[in-house]
Amino acid sequence: MTEKRIEIIWYGRGGQGAFTAARIVGAAYALSREDRYAMAFPSFGPERRGAPVKAFTKLSQAPINDRSQVSSPDFSLYLDEGLFPRRPPEQGMALVNSRENFGLDGVISFDASGLAQSVLGAPITNTAMAGALGALVEGLDVRSLGIGIEACMPARLRQKNLAVMEKAYAEMEACT
Amino acid sequence: MTRAFVSGNEAFAQGISLCRPAVISAYPITPQTIVVERLSEMVADGKLVSDFIHVESEHSAMSCAIGASAAGVRVFTATSSQGLLYMAECLPYAAGGRFPIVMMNADRSVALPWNIYGDQSDSLSQISSGWIQFYAMNAQEALDMAIMAYRIAEDPSVSIPFMVNLDGFNLTHTYENVDIPAQDAVDGFLPPYKTDNRIDLEEPVNMGFSAGPAYNTLFKMGEHQGMLNAKCAIPAIEDEFFKVFGRGYTGLVEKHRLEDAELVIITLGCVSGLCMDVTDRLREEGVRAGVLRIRYMRPFPDEEVSSALLGAKAVCVLEKDVSFGNAGTVFGEVRSALYGSGCSCTVCNRIAGLGGRDISSDDIRCIFEELRDGPSDVRFIGGQTS
Repeated sequence: MTEKRIEIIWYGRGGQGAFTAARIVGAAYALSREDRYAMAFPSFGPERRGAPVKAFTKLSQAPINDRSQVSSPDFSLYLDEGLFPRRPPEQGMALVNSRENFGLDGVISFDASGLAQSVLGAPITNTAMAGALGALVEGLDVRSLGIGIEACMPARLRQKNLAVMEKAYAEMEACT
Repeated sequence: MTRAFVSGNEAFAQGISLCRPAVISAYPITPQTIVVERLSEMVADGKLVSDFIHVESEHSAMSCAIGASAAGVRVFTATSSQGLLYMAECLPYAAGGRFPIVMMNADRSVALPWNIYGDQSDSLSQISSGWIQFYAMNAQEALDMAIMAYRIAEDPSVSIPFMVNLDGFNLTHTYENVDIPAQDAVDGFLPPYKTDNRIDLEEPVNMGFSAGPAYNTLFKMGEHQGMLNAKCAIPAIEDEFFKVFGRGYTGLVEKHRLEDAELVIITLGCVSGLCMDVTDRLREEGVRAGVLRIRYMRPFPDEEVSSALLGAKAVCVLEKDVSFGNAGTVFGEVRSALYGSGCSCTVCNRIAGLGGRDISSDDIRCIFEELRDGPSDVRFIGGQTS
């Protein structure tokens, strides 16, 4: 249990693709190198468009046995800024899809909606947020996130979402 | 071999596809739906040659599976919860007919209250139906068991239908690393199903007959013996599986750090992994903790359980079900196995994860803490609202 495990909570609304983002990041990590393991799951239950949803990703260099929900996240991602409680996170770092600078410790704003709107023509922010997260997490990069998108998205959506992810990654990397 | 990042349901569908079932009968129910959905896609895309039969209920799904198996072909079906209970009439029919059907059950709570989430109340209510019952810990093991299940069920010394249980959502809907074996390797490990126990126009036999008081016991004894024979077939087939695929399994139970363990959790299904993680951490703190994972509820590993606990001081059976008016089903089975075995440990029962309630590492830690006092009570975890 000495290896570093990275745990992520995704906050979104039904239809925003939070769970797809959780899977993309998990697949990116697990499929890009031999000795990498990941787990991704949603907050289980009936799916309702617009209702608040959570999804979880765990990344590790050893097989993962703990399937319980993440309680001490290294990263909390808010696909919908209305779900962000506007206070510093108790644990780890928060990445919020927003144009507003909250001026709070451990909180980074990233205009994923703006980026998604300009490239996809729709404010579907999951791949933008995955790309931005990639710049903050060791073991994720543009190549691995590309593998994740390939594994988790239908072919017709891939090209534009790859472009969104790459732009988001570059923008976040430039900020940090 | 291909590495994939898939859910338990998807992994299981891949495993079943590699076994080339000639007939798949299915009725969808959450959280099982994805496994039959994926198989129906494979059939529609021509990637899997199989008769995919849409039936009108779970009772029909099992009746259809029995009919197809009686025609001498390999069959698959899947269900969950109310669906398993609805097909309950047909389960002993399949077992008594000695039809080696493989079924996936997505373990889920049973109504009322209505609840679509995971626990083990459904399958544990059916342990006397004559089916082999296996409980998977992760998606890789689930996929591998899809392949081994047919070998075990179809073994001429066994001829018993096989239920592979995957914890609803926690396993069926969780995405994780899985290595998918190559088709030719599976073809080498699992030859086409051949049996004399089938309808044959050249050599007609009487099937699905009645047996009155004079012969009935004989048939039931044969069924019991087939189940007991599985105790020998399982490790032998696992050895073969290891030689072909390089992944080893441990028979009816899995022992984790039990060699000198004083405080032991006995459990089943995917919460076992969490118990093992917590055990490793407690070991670093000097606590002599251990985990005994029951992989098979039928045939029941009575000798394996009692011999594994000879040195234990306090044991907790952790399970996601309750047999109302008594205790957890697994608890009763374990205590029965320990009676007269020479074990001197206390045994308590913790009923947790009902209706999908999350079981956390803190819950497991608390159980190990409690075990220091040697409790023997039956208690629910999660009865308080939050």
